[in-house]
Amino acid sequence: MASTDTTTEAVAKTDDLAGLEAGLDALDSVQVRRTPVREVLGRKVLPPLVAVALVLVVWQVLVWAKITDEYKLPPPAAVWDSLTTMWLEGTLLGVLWTSVSRALLGFVMALAIGTPLGLLVARVRFVRAAIGPILSGLQSLPSVAWVAPAVLWLGLNDSMMYAVILLGAVPSIANGLVSGVDQVPPLFLRAGRTLGANGLRGAWHIVMPAALPGYLAGLKQGWAFSWRSLMAAEIIASSPELGLGLGQLLENGRNNIDMPGIFLAILLILIVGIAIDLLIFSPLERAVLRRRGLLVKS
Amino acid sequence: MATTFAEAEDRVAVSHAARIDHVSKSFAGPTGQQLVLDDISLDVAPGEFVTLLGASGCGKSTLLNLVAGLDRPTVGSIETPGGRPALMFQEHALFPWLTAGKNIELALRLRGVAKNERRGEAERLLELVRLSGAYGKRVHELSGGMRQRVALARALAQDSDLLLMDEPFAALDAITRDVLHDELTRIWRETKLSVLFVTHNVREAVRLAERVVLLSSRPGRIARQWEIGIPHPRRIEDAAVAELSVEITEELRGEIRRHGQH
Repeated sequence: MASTDTTTEAVAKTDDLAGLEAGLDALDSVQVRRTPVREVLGRKVLPPLVAVALVLVVWQVLVWAKITDEYKLPPPAAVWDSLTTMWLEGTLLGVLWTSVSRALLGFVMALAIGTPLGLLVARVRFVRAAIGPILSGLQSLPSVAWVAPAVLWLGLNDSMMYAVILLGAVPSIANGLVSGVDQVPPLFLRAGRTLGANGLRGAWHIVMPAALPGYLAGLKQGWAFSWRSLMAAEIIASSPELGLGLGQLLENGRNNIDMPGIFLAILLILIVGIAIDLLIFSPLERAVLRRRGLLVKS
Repeated sequence: MATTFAEAEDRVAVSHAARIDHVSKSFAGPTGQQLVLDDISLDVAPGEFVTLLGASGCGKSTLLNLVAGLDRPTVGSIETPGGRPALMFQEHALFPWLTAGKNIELALRLRGVAKNERRGEAERLLELVRLSGAYGKRVHELSGGMRQRVALARALAQDSDLLLMDEPFAALDAITRDVLHDELTRIWRETKLSVLFVTHNVREAVRLAERVVLLSSRPGRIARQWEIGIPHPRRIEDAAVAELSVEITEELRGEIRRHGQH
């Protein structure tokens, strides 16, 4: 090593450091692997299918064992017949659409009201003290309770349906956003402030994206509340102008003592609720969590 | 571009990158006002690397927060003529909803850099910390050392001439920390930044700094300062580093012992 030749030595040293660093990076880096489709099918899709098949088998066995009268417990085949009848009559999709379009439109309105409301409660101390507890208390109030006043205030029409959905879903969405904002790590806020993100810029660049997972959880719950509220409203309030939705289908089944029809309505309500969650909210939530490395793989 | 040159000249004309002038800080505690920092006066010269060394409770992080403008001193004043200083934390504090490159671009955006220049600048900064391939990587895909380097690049993106560092390597393993010491020294010498670096690690302080400032605890006062004349490149296991570390450690222990006596 020639002590006079300091530049070459310096270059050699930096190269050495670069190599060392590259080695450390390679050793430490986390390998992120996406689960192959086959594994997803085996682990996530198969088990619920098996569970559903088991329920059907048990149901059929109970019918065969004649544990009760057939008008109380219809066989799965009778429910299937109701379904095909509705399909052949061409009423099935119309009934589904009446309810789903109402619930989705109501949900979007709840989103438009709940989001700014949540931000206000989360960021303005006075507003939080004033309506924060009421807002979380409202979540435990069954939305069925709103049907009676809504009918008297607004009459038997679509506005009344939307009012009930809003009263059910807005508190969930607002509360989700509030807890999302509350859970933003203070470190992010400090880091944001040193970068110059204050006030509105801080809210836009730091607080909102950091609160997104909590907000999405609120949306999921908000959807569930929208759907439940709407079903309550549809079951209780029926009138010809309202059109035939899933709730009315259920109520008609009760009036006609048509057990297969009742079972079918309940199953459809359940399936729609799950399907919207699986098709819209779960993928959204998973995408956000995966991007942040928050999706724990078991 | 003309403004940038004028700004650069302004910076050269100023004799300090940070001036801490008779600063005291107290917080409301269970037994009334608790004095955390007591009459601290310290100048950081342009291009100087200063480490603040002290045991827990010496208020070194508090002092750094004051310089960063995240809090105000109770008494005294702090000047940072170069504008808002950049700050690096013990945790990387990178935003997990953004990629490594976008984290840096956010800093550029908040600084007011035009949209079409951000990408190139972010890539240049990543190259500076030797992470050219990391632009599109998510934070969770990076190792601890890589995250701190991205955090350093993001701090540099603020284009401040004063960089504050709050125990930035304390959570890293010894091998990675050693490499990052080399890296920080290299970047400091390339960028001619002023650095105020807080640590409780004596060897780290001696290894990095031109000047080590020892703070006493409760309240924090400047106990002693050392000019470090050891030539670069330094290594943490150099005899000269070790020798001075022993001396400073003795002094630090003396400061800590005083608290056990009453």
